Amino acid sequence: MTTNSATTTATPATKGMSRQTLFVGVLLALGLIAPFAVYPVFLMKGLCFALFAAAFNLLLGYVGLLSFGHAMFFGWSAYITAHAAKEWGLTPEIAVLLGTFCAAGMGAVVGWLAIRRQGIYFAMITLALAQLMYFVALQAPFTHGEDGIQGVPRGHLFGLIDLNETMNMYYFVFGVFVLALFFLYRVINSPFGQVLKAIRDNEPRAISLGYQVHRYKLIAFVISAGLSGMAGSVKSLVFQLASLTDVHWHASGEVVLMTLLGGVGTIFGPTAGAYLVVTIQNYFATLGSWVTIIQGVIFVVCVLAFRSGIVGVLRPLLKKRGIEA
Amino acid sequence: MLKKALIGAVALTALTAAQASAQYSDNKIKIGVLTDLSGTYSDLAGKGAVVAAQMAVEDFGGKVNGVPVEIVSADHQNKADIASSIARKWYDAEQVDAIAELVTTAAAIAVREVSKEKGKIDLVSGAASTALTNAKCSATGFHWTYDTAALANGTANAVVKNGGKSWYFLTADYAFGHDLQAQTERVVKANGGEIKGAVRHPFPNSDFSSFLLQAQASGAQIIGLANAGADTINAIKQAKEFGITQGGQSLAGLLVFITDVHSLGLDTAQGMMMTTGYYWNRDDETRAWSKRWSAKMDGKMPSMVHAGTYSSVMHYLKALAAAKTDDGMKVADQMRALPIKDASGFAVNGKIRADGRMVHDMYLAQVKKPADSKGAWDYYNIVRTIPGDDAYQSLADSKCDLVKK
Repeated sequence: MTTNSATTTATPATKGMSRQTLFVGVLLALGLIAPFAVYPVFLMKGLCFALFAAAFNLLLGYVGLLSFGHAMFFGWSAYITAHAAKEWGLTPEIAVLLGTFCAAGMGAVVGWLAIRRQGIYFAMITLALAQLMYFVALQAPFTHGEDGIQGVPRGHLFGLIDLNETMNMYYFVFGVFVLALFFLYRVINSPFGQVLKAIRDNEPRAISLGYQVHRYKLIAFVISAGLSGMAGSVKSLVFQLASLTDVHWHASGEVVLMTLLGGVGTIFGPTAGAYLVVTIQNYFATLGSWVTIIQGVIFVVCVLAFRSGIVGVLRPLLKKRGIEA
Repeated sequence: MLKKALIGAVALTALTAAQASAQYSDNKIKIGVLTDLSGTYSDLAGKGAVVAAQMAVEDFGGKVNGVPVEIVSADHQNKADIASSIARKWYDAEQVDAIAELVTTAAAIAVREVSKEKGKIDLVSGAASTALTNAKCSATGFHWTYDTAALANGTANAVVKNGGKSWYFLTADYAFGHDLQAQTERVVKANGGEIKGAVRHPFPNSDFSSFLLQAQASGAQIIGLANAGADTINAIKQAKEFGITQGGQSLAGLLVFITDVHSLGLDTAQGMMMTTGYYWNRDDETRAWSKRWSAKMDGKMPSMVHAGTYSSVMHYLKALAAAKTDDGMKVADQMRALPIKDASGFAVNGKIRADGRMVHDMYLAQVKKPADSKGAWDYYNIVRTIPGDDAYQSLADSKCDLVKK
């Protein structure tokens, strides 16, 4: 397992290493056996949002930039993947990569414009651009407006594995998720990641040390946008649907909620937060509009009781046992 | 052995019970009512549709060949992705056998895709688009209550023949609105009318002022409202405030439900022409059923969507009993074969075609003047009955690949 060797290099203490290995191993095993116990489509939805939240967390947790427009990457890559798979007949892996690269490209343009400002201005610029893209999605002919792109074929992975089988689809999504999370982990624990944290903690000092902070921010923004796009692409294959919901600003708000609930600036926090929110939406769906009220109450309780989120609260406890979460 | 002994003892009942346990999956029939429980269309469909489906189950006796029937419901919030994921969950994990109601075309099409893939039955009542029986048709999918072609053939025909020759459209910007506008344009042009233009508004919308001003400036005699539910109500109310109707232009609600007329009040709605698949006060049968429904719904009266949901669920239960299985294809075959008749008085001369369209008589109605109304909910004069074959798109024009040509 690649994850193990990575953690080995990251944590020098031998005892800590074995505990960390065990912890990650248990999580991986849970992920592998989960679809036998829980409804797989629900798990896949959770994984897609977990990846989305993890990508968002790279910006909020490690660069300190609150983007309020990530839905545009998530939703637009879903449209692109859906269109590529349905109209052009591309295989799923190429369609997903196409969606990811388009989102990264959009991220480069949006990021280039937005990182010149900070705080509320940064959030407003990203929101404005995301709303712009929302209206394009509403009116462009190929997105089919309110209907969305429906009946997207899941196709055959590498032309071989039939993704219409729910289990195959699950392991594909799980694989994408694990690889992407591992990639994020490596980014955060690289010299590049150290610079990002330095910028987050004290930007003028990072500038005085000679770092080109704009470049670092832009690269982080592009990575975050690209991985958000990957999440959206995979989601469009899971549900065989790309719709306006994913480009709407609600989705941008939801990912903030997930990240905050789970724990900003932690590796596994966004995943925990995403599953919490998706579970609420899934199992309380019959209550209709009460879902948002329940979400709101949980959010208020979290902010009052444990500000650093679920994983943020657990982290000191785990750290005592040599586990980095 | 015990089963055989029972069959010997009480022939008929035990026979059906034994068959039932063998052929209905998981020994339960579950019908999902997926509708708008909180939004723009919750009045014309919503909770009333759930009640109608429950009435159908009760009237059928609660059991099909000894197997209990259960109704579950959920709110799709008029969104395709929510509808699709609920449908998938229902079929995959909660043993739902059929999904009924499905207001909002985008949601209905999303569920149609899932149902088709899983070979399950969908009974569309609230959604309007003819796409459901053309490009998106399915062997196990049915479109029950009305569609945009029937609305256009009824209302637009009548309006053009009464002298409304030039039209301007206010269209809800999604598949249903586009489809309703296209169908209406076809009828208007065929009758020698003229299209002055159209403007699309977002769905759902509450402020129609800029759209209404454009419509006013177009100088068209008729402003066609290709939208539904709360959107139509808001547009009509705001048109009155702008003095559009006083200025000589008239509004044609292309899809108006009795619940909309109730919200508008007879003062505002009087004289409006509309096409409907059901009117509660049409004869003794419809009155009797509607009053039973009304007793469960705080004195409201059913829209055509409510009656259509009852009728479609009832017909589905009959087909289940006749097919002796819940296999989608076999039940669908029975649904096409059996005559359609139920207590609501819906589906007069009803029959199901190869494309899944349930063709039945439609009614051209005109809203009464306040003075002519004899009581609460007494709103319509039925101007004429439109025979089903004239109302709906002909099978020869269907783009459904199930239709043999």
